[in-house]
Amino acid sequence: MTRHRGRGIASVNYPIGMNLGGDPSQALVHSNPSGKFTVALSSIDLGQGMKSVTRQICAETLGVPVEDVYVDTADSDTGPHCMGSFASRGTHRVGNAVMAAAREARGVMMEAAAEELEVNAADLETDGRGNIHVKGAPHRSISTKDVAIAAQFKQGKTISGRGIFLVPLSDVDPETGEMSPATCYAHACLVAEVEVDDETGEVDMVRMDSAYELGRALNPRLVEQQLVGGAWMGVSHALYETPEPYYPEPVHGPRDFVEYLMPGPGDICPHDIAVLERPAPDGPFGAKGPGEMCANPVLPAVANAIFNAVGVRIDDLPITPEKVLRAIQAQGGARPQPRR
Amino acid sequence: MAKTALQFQHNGRDVAIFVDGGTNLLVALRELIGDMTPKFGCGQGGCGTCSVLIDGELHLSCLTLAETVAGRSVETLDGIKDGPNLHPLQRAFADNFAAQCGYCTPGMLMAAKALLDRNPQPSRAEVIEAISGNICRCTGYEPIINAVLAAASGGRARA
Repeated sequence: MTRHRGRGIASVNYPIGMNLGGDPSQALVHSNPSGKFTVALSSIDLGQGMKSVTRQICAETLGVPVEDVYVDTADSDTGPHCMGSFASRGTHRVGNAVMAAAREARGVMMEAAAEELEVNAADLETDGRGNIHVKGAPHRSISTKDVAIAAQFKQGKTISGRGIFLVPLSDVDPETGEMSPATCYAHACLVAEVEVDDETGEVDMVRMDSAYELGRALNPRLVEQQLVGGAWMGVSHALYETPEPYYPEPVHGPRDFVEYLMPGPGDICPHDIAVLERPAPDGPFGAKGPGEMCANPVLPAVANAIFNAVGVRIDDLPITPEKVLRAIQAQGGARPQPRR
Repeated sequence: MAKTALQFQHNGRDVAIFVDGGTNLLVALRELIGDMTPKFGCGQGGCGTCSVLIDGELHLSCLTLAETVAGRSVETLDGIKDGPNLHPLQRAFADNFAAQCGYCTPGMLMAAKALLDRNPQPSRAEVIEAISGNICRCTGYEPIINAVLAAASGGRARA
């Protein structure tokens, strides 16, 4: 029995969002008399951080502290339309919609503040700490709370904004088949190192090294969390998970977590991640989003690493010990490939 | 089938309920007591999200017959914080981004608490061993392991 080390690489050119009849999301932003703001969405936060990142985008655009923004989402009865949380579209599509809505709300807020301070709205700026003051004269200042109260009870104005971001449908050119399914692309490259046991066919992850280019990382900790967890989901897809039975009869297929294999905490490996920020011209503050791309490069990199280790090319997921072992036996033993 | 009267301590408070024979502890906690912190994941001991402490020992509430906790002390995630103050483990989970969808979190926290209660300074390998019965879909486990280690060092060696 020998354990063979192998290394594999994969790169991804990943489209942000999709193109099924156009890809829109909407957002509504309004102030409350307390001077706090509510963002109404119907976009779903599955734990990936949609609420955090849209809150940041709204606060930054309005020029108010992030603590003063509340994101109310996940109810399509009370929030405006969103296509959904998939295709890595959340930060880009929803973020842009929130930005548009917050920009409109900011315009009304500045007009209301201008009326209170008896100046031109164009001469005002926000300090990001909940105040609006005259440029170059910070003592001529009013709090966003007082502006909200004045707008509500004195001026009769709603400090609110509507936002939609639409990537229109890109038709397929009947002559060439060309289309533009996305407006921006994220990129990733990942190197996986594995150890393959040529007697059992088992594959152990040794380490991963990756670089992800995802526009501007609006919340670096959330990005890191998504990349660490997502890469592990990729390993899980590559080596463990399948709703298909390993044997011909569907009745032998996994039905629950007892039979549906997922890696446990003892199966993880070190993973070094480099995040490259290349702001997208049409992204909210340059963001594209890590999204699903976090898992994608892992699968081909692991398959390539297994080939490098024992010389078998498995193109059917997940790469179970049985498949590896059968392939090794079919070629008469492990054939480690040169390491570059 | 006749119901059975059942008394036990739930997070330090005496509770009394009537259960059908065969009712498991998870159902008793969620449906009869109204404590929704233990989650239903697989219902057969494969995922760990229903984990609770019974007399300080880690158990899967979905595989525990409710009647077996008569007179004993059951601790759930609902009981680990001190009033408005989060338990150090909860604080560490938040600080270390150790939850995404959050469905495994109650079980992870209870498994981690069981570990730290008996071993306040565990090694990384001991943390991995302690949470090895709990499945997480989102985080890749790394932030969870780091959170438990951070809580164990009590903030002193937080790096």
